Amino acid sequence: MDSNELMEIKEAQIASAKPIRLRCCLAAGCLYSEGEAIKEALENALEEEGLTDQVEVLGVGCMGLCSEGPLVQVDPDGILYEKVKPSDARSIVAALKGGKATAKIGDLSHPFFTKQVPVVLENSGKVDPERIETYIARDGYQALNTVINELHPSQVVEEVTKSGLRGRGGAGYRTGLKWELVAKTPGDRKYVVCNADEGDPGAFMDRSVLESDPHRVLEGMAIAAYAVGANQGYIYVRGEYPLCIKRLQIAIRQARNLGLLGSAVFDTSFNFRVDLRIGAGAFVCGEETALMASIEGRRGTPRPRPPFPAESGLWNSPTLINNVETYANIPLIIRKGAAWFSSMGTERSKGTKVFSLAGKVKHTGLIEVPMGTPLRVIVNEMAGGAPDGGKVKAVYTGGLSGGCIPAEKLDTPVDYESLVQIGAIMGSGGMIVMDETDNMVDLAHFFMEFCVDESCGKCVPCRAGTVQIYRLLDRILNGMGEDGDIAKLQELSEMVKSCSLCGLGQSAPNPVVSTLRYYRNEYIECIHKNPKRNGNKNAVKAAK
Amino acid sequence: MAVKTLTIDGRLVSAMEGQTVLEAAQEAGIHIPTLCHLDGVSDLGACRMCLVELGNSPKLQPACVLKVAEGMEVRTNSDRLRKYRKMIVELLLSERNHVCSVCVSNGHCELQDMAVELGVDHSRFDYIYPVERVDITHQRFGVDHNRCILCGRCVRVCDEVEGAHTWDMAGRGAKSFVITDMNQPWGDSTSCTSCGKCVQACPTGAIFQKGATVGEMQKDRTRLEFIVTAREKKQWIG
Amino acid sequence: MDRVKVATVWLGGCSGCHMSFLDMDEFLIDLAEKIQVVYSPIADMKEFPESVDVTLVEGSVANEDHVELCHKIRAASRVVISFGDCAVTGNVPAMRNPLGDPEKILQLVYVDRADTHPIAPKEAGIVPKLVDRVRPVHEEIDVDYFIPGCPPSSSRIKEALTNLLEMGETHLTGENLRFG
Repeated sequence: MDSNELMEIKEAQIASAKPIRLRCCLAAGCLYSEGEAIKEALENALEEEGLTDQVEVLGVGCMGLCSEGPLVQVDPDGILYEKVKPSDARSIVAALKGGKATAKIGDLSHPFFTKQVPVVLENSGKVDPERIETYIARDGYQALNTVINELHPSQVVEEVTKSGLRGRGGAGYRTGLKWELVAKTPGDRKYVVCNADEGDPGAFMDRSVLESDPHRVLEGMAIAAYAVGANQGYIYVRGEYPLCIKRLQIAIRQARNLGLLGSAVFDTSFNFRVDLRIGAGAFVCGEETALMASIEGRRGTPRPRPPFPAESGLWNSPTLINNVETYANIPLIIRKGAAWFSSMGTERSKGTKVFSLAGKVKHTGLIEVPMGTPLRVIVNEMAGGAPDGGKVKAVYTGGLSGGCIPAEKLDTPVDYESLVQIGAIMGSGGMIVMDETDNMVDLAHFFMEFCVDESCGKCVPCRAGTVQIYRLLDRILNGMGEDGDIAKLQELSEMVKSCSLCGLGQSAPNPVVSTLRYYRNEYIECIHKNPKRNGNKNAVKAAK
Repeated sequence: MAVKTLTIDGRLVSAMEGQTVLEAAQEAGIHIPTLCHLDGVSDLGACRMCLVELGNSPKLQPACVLKVAEGMEVRTNSDRLRKYRKMIVELLLSERNHVCSVCVSNGHCELQDMAVELGVDHSRFDYIYPVERVDITHQRFGVDHNRCILCGRCVRVCDEVEGAHTWDMAGRGAKSFVITDMNQPWGDSTSCTSCGKCVQACPTGAIFQKGATVGEMQKDRTRLEFIVTAREKKQWIG
Repeated sequence: MDRVKVATVWLGGCSGCHMSFLDMDEFLIDLAEKIQVVYSPIADMKEFPESVDVTLVEGSVANEDHVELCHKIRAASRVVISFGDCAVTGNVPAMRNPLGDPEKILQLVYVDRADTHPIAPKEAGIVPKLVDRVRPVHEEIDVDYFIPGCPPSSSRIKEALTNLLEMGETHLTGENLRFG
């Protein structure tokens, strides 16, 4: 493979495209709501109408508006059909010739679409994730070509540093700095790892990226490998994402066959092999040191840092670990330049961020907006606010490790620092919206149950502390709370936060801390429901 | 190797590069409480008893794995640390069925000692009273999961000193438990050499010698120390 | 000066703590000048008094009578002390907790495994119902001080009482805290 061959594939693919294209979403949500059947019905209808030479049906990845799926979009007419059923296929095809489709037509001028800025999702819903040619047709692997043939590894690191990209997995560590550390650490073997163990409740960004545009992540990883001097990569993907696994396997095979991965990439001396490692369902394996232990075949539990993976990671070699979305940003940063990337976003948070919208909003699904977009725009305008005349009460961002943001603070811009300031975090990008009917103690209880289940058990604060926090919440929620319980919750939370071994344990109490911060009165109300409260116990103490 | 100078609790202490803060403190006669640490085997940083404060950093670090550095400022015994340590011991006492009065290790238990040291007069947290197994299928030894604090010393001593790796950890969270072989009864274990190192390493009465009754199980670390020292100093190599 | 009114109570426990109390030997004579025992299993009072200065509670909360008495004690006592491991931790009586439903345990112990007279003790109004989960006293009512030990040695009890009588409070430290 060389640049000319890459161009040839691109041009051949573009030339083979038919004038009219029907794009069917085949990402998880739509796929499991008869997506395949819809695609087949459309193909059959075209056959019947004799339109196959002018119209083609493409199976593509996520188009974002999951709540209205299954989705079908018509190019170049720009019509979006929502909640499509296989029985709508004939009328959709008929509509191409001026008929009227039975399927609901979506509003592409809705803020849900117009306020988005696709970078990571630029190909999502456009390319066929199972055909590498469609990715190449949209300039895929050109960034890798440029990097390998024109840039020195240090220049690549510099470009990423200049872009201002920060880790999209949660902590927001500067990506360029991380790459530089791994690049500068001496070592015969180095590794590049992609963390695709997305486990936060309500988060499905990485899943969608991998299901919709897997080559983008592979290309990002290959660029990283070149930059830091690695020739082996691992993608650690959770076993609960079978479609991601399947599409990644296909993508890796196709890229290898074209000489874009494996030995002699782009006919140079650069080798980069990528292997998949499937997680077995432990949330903690999303923590980088646990993830590495799991890749090595050991029990997936975290270890204290330092040493950080950049110094001593997989098999004690320098290891670069980034999240799916971080890698997915790389090809475009290289193609369009660091300056272009850093023109988006805020002073300290550059670029865009993908969010998965879930909970009490009209439009749930996947969106990508520039950093610094106010939450209110996302929740009220793009997601359409609470459904059925409800009122948005709070937004939970950052998954388990995040925090809740009350409606009055919705003007907060989404960037790393602003979110931390109000007790939440950017996290990986899960956004769960709650309305007035949701009880915040119940929310904390739900999250804490998850923490108890998912604690690995290695360190005492997280293993035993979360159990006690959960018991207290359970008691309060069930109207058996005592007056001292809130203080006890706070004391325990502080200890678990300060003493736990890994980031997951340290952030496990966040749901309690942040709901207590803004909704303490709901806890007090629950406690006041206890008929036995104050019984002899406290009355006497007060009298003493 | 270079010498590093640091302060621990206001005292100037020098240590060899590569040493841990715990080692440096011990050599200087400064006591830092530990539970999962065992001399001669690798450290996990799991029990969090040895957490210390560093300079102005809000983050606590486990002294057992933290390497000394020049100019490091360590505090081992602040009010905050004592408060956390006490809570951790209370959590350990409440998570399983630690009934000192009927325990083989009563009076010789590191968890019990730790409660004494930290002034634990009761647990503020609800006792969980989980259902735990007792495995007495081994001819000479037994394991009572009611008294296990999941420190992993048995796992490490068996793997790193004896080289058998009979023990390991299974399950997760509060439901974690130590296993022999592939979670088979200890008596059926084909890898166990019956060396008894795990018995001596165990800080509580969880792993014990059969026939010991209340308070009779005293752990003897001298043989472990003997083997580890001999290996480190290569005493048996001509 | 009026003597301090002291009560001692025996909940779910073996009375070993009371035995240890009596083990204080001649100190009991000194003690008798300072305290007046107003309620105790070793004295014959039927009802818990309405006003007590200090109550030592031995034993865990294991049945419904214990629950009732606990609240009575708390309401009537200025200071409540958990006396011994059963009161402080649940100890041996709480070892039935992991076994589950108390009715099934009674059935197993008194009926299924009985050599003679297989009858479960449940005379209404006489044998109190067991609570589902045995618990330490401080999980039922507020407790002011703790004297761990199974039983606490007489010297430990002496130290605790001396502190209390002399300084109005009693926080044991060091070896005096050892459980078991």
